[in-house]
Amino acid sequence: MSIHQPPDDWFQAPHGPERVWIGLALAWCLILFLMMPYWHFRGKQNSTGEAYRTTPAEFAERVNRFIDANKVGEENGVPLVEPAPGSDIYLAAQMWRWYPALKLKKDQTYRLHVSSLDVQHGFSLQPMNMNFQILPGYDHVLTVTPTQSGDYLIICNEFCGINHHLMTGRIRVEG
Amino acid sequence: MTSLALPVGNFRTGEARTCDTTGLPVCLHAQRFIKLNAVCAVVALLVGAIGAILLGLTRWPAVHLLPADWYYRVLTLHGINMLIFWIIFLEIAILYFAGTTLLKTRLASTKLAWTSFLLMAVGAVLTNITILQGTADVMMTSYAPLQAHSNFYLGMILFAVGALLGVGNFFACVWIARRDKTYQGSMPLVAFGALAAAIIAVVAILHGAIALVPTWLWSLGLMDAPDAGWYRLLWWGIGHQSQQINVCAMVSTWYLLATLTVGAKPLNQLVCRSAFVLYVLFINIASAHHLLVDPGVSAGWKIWNTSYAMYLAVLASMIHGFTVPAAVEVAQRKKGHDRGLFGWLVKAPWANPGFSAFFLSLIIFGFIGGITGVTLGTQQINIIAHNTLRIPGHFHATVVGGTSLAFMGLCYYVVPLIFRREYAARALCRLQPYLFGIGIVLVSIGMSFAGSYGVPRRHWDVEFSGAPFAKGFDSGAHVMLGLMGIGAVLAFVGLLTFILLTVHAVFLGKRNEGRAMTAW
Ligand code: HEM
Ligand SMILES: [Cu+2]
Ligand SMILES: [Cu+2]
Repeated sequence: MSIHQPPDDWFQAPHGPERVWIGLALAWCLILFLMMPYWHFRGKQNSTGEAYRTTPAEFAERVNRFIDANKVGEENGVPLVEPAPGSDIYLAAQMWRWYPALKLKKDQTYRLHVSSLDVQHGFSLQPMNMNFQILPGYDHVLTVTPTQSGDYLIICNEFCGINHHLMTGRIRVEG
Repeated sequence: MTSLALPVGNFRTGEARTCDTTGLPVCLHAQRFIKLNAVCAVVALLVGAIGAILLGLTRWPAVHLLPADWYYRVLTLHGINMLIFWIIFLEIAILYFAGTTLLKTRLASTKLAWTSFLLMAVGAVLTNITILQGTADVMMTSYAPLQAHSNFYLGMILFAVGALLGVGNFFACVWIARRDKTYQGSMPLVAFGALAAAIIAVVAILHGAIALVPTWLWSLGLMDAPDAGWYRLLWWGIGHQSQQINVCAMVSTWYLLATLTVGAKPLNQLVCRSAFVLYVLFINIASAHHLLVDPGVSAGWKIWNTSYAMYLAVLASMIHGFTVPAAVEVAQRKKGHDRGLFGWLVKAPWANPGFSAFFLSLIIFGFIGGITGVTLGTQQINIIAHNTLRIPGHFHATVVGGTSLAFMGLCYYVVPLIFRREYAARALCRLQPYLFGIGIVLVSIGMSFAGSYGVPRRHWDVEFSGAPFAKGFDSGAHVMLGLMGIGAVLAFVGLLTFILLTVHAVFLGKRNEGRAMTAW
């Protein structure tokens, strides 16, 4: 009984179906254990966690320099920038906007730096549904190669205050 | 009347009774604290339940009940009252039971128990008041540098210290039981599971202290803001490990209910106990799966911690997932329910809410909770799931359909055996686990599929109306949110039924002192 003391000889190896099950479960766990690193090298989408120390003030300055150098227009009150393919590009998360809007070229690779100027935010690209955590003080670098043209929506999926649900941004990919 | 002869153990005259149903000794001091903690747990459950229905009806786009500020406030309230107050008050009650009755010992210290209880109660009240005042809309995770009023953190710290003292009392019970030799050899399995939970609790609460104490000082203006990345690492040191406490407590409850409802015995004690040891050894680092898409932690760190540690803890659950139903099967076959492969299951006491809650909990936790959990914990899938509704979809199958439902099943025995009052409206009691179980499965499925369309969690408006850029979700996502809403209504009715039946039984139920509880 599980509520009474066990018999004195309880220390016994499992046998029968119980033993088989433990073997199967262990084998399955080992397979999954190998799958994880395997997919890291085999798969095309990883979160490498590449990040550098920054401060909100320093990051804001880099974002502004980036906008000044590459601005091509404005969209819904947000500056639209078109950076050179292959370059380092910047996106700031701030209560409650993603800033600036980015215009990228299909099949080109960019190093996207994202950081927060205040609290934690969640970078969520829709409808691709790709999600990354964005923290103040961390310059989170995502190496991205858009493979389909179109307008993408960035939403925030980490609670960041009362207008959290209004925090959206834009990435436009042109072919 | 209570039998006057002192039960076996180290009890003092007048401080213990023998249970009229199980024949086990009950320390009357421990009994008082089991009652106090269980009552607080149910009160927290009620607060959480009111939150649950409001949230369910807000996230159902066709209803969209609450305004934004109240949605975020109630979300904070629901998360904290459910995940922390309901669950931990009940776990401390379980520790008082396992530490005394199962080990045939008296409660180590009544003073310590009072201190623990008062700290927890004051902490819970303080946190709840602060949330309802609208000065702590930060979610239960309170990710720095989003800041709440200092009383929010203070309340949580008081609660945690109280819980730690309760855990300390449990260890002290184990110690005096060994000293007084109230049991020979090894402790019963359920007590062993509780011990595993208690050990993890100590590690968890230490992490919590390192995360929350500096945050509290910061909210008072005495320190700089904690680093956002470190805060997350430390917070999940308590956030994840408490889930392992819950799993240990739930599995112990399964073993307990399997014994009380069908007289099941564990097949191989070594296997069951080793599985508990795996939880203790491998769970802390697995909390890395909460940081799979975080900056600042390397891919190697993520992969190593989420694969080796997590899968060995998963192995433990896979083992219990076999041994628990196997024990039920063996017990049932011994009773002659031996027809075919599943005759034992068909003939199980499905009308006993203790059994149905336990077995539904096993199925929901094992299949829905386990499968979603292992899937979400892989590096690549986490990219498409992080902070979407898939996450609450997962944990409403583990800690709600699993742990909470098992605890409800437990209450169907705690009230008659410890409060010594009978449940009334027995037909409704028999129905309740199904109502809640089915409802929460729909909630879980609805959330999981909506989340796979990208619908975020903790989000008031899936249409983004008024935002600079907006595009709603696929209509499929809306169907799934509707399913979640319907499930939420069902689960809420099930939960409210449970609360009303239990409150009625505790205060007005028929007394059963001096005789065995009415069998379910
Ligand atoms: C009637 C039963 C329940 C229903 C209908 C329900 C429903 C919900 C809903 C709709 C959300 C909001 C998800 C979002 O918008 O992000 C939520 C969040 C949550 N629920 Fe429940 N829930 C129930 C019971 C429970 C129980 C018993 C627990 C814990 C033991 C629990 C723990 C949580 C937690 C931890 C959150 C997340 C809070 C946050 O994001 O900070 N729920 N629930
Ligand atoms: Cu945000
Ligand atoms: Cu946000």
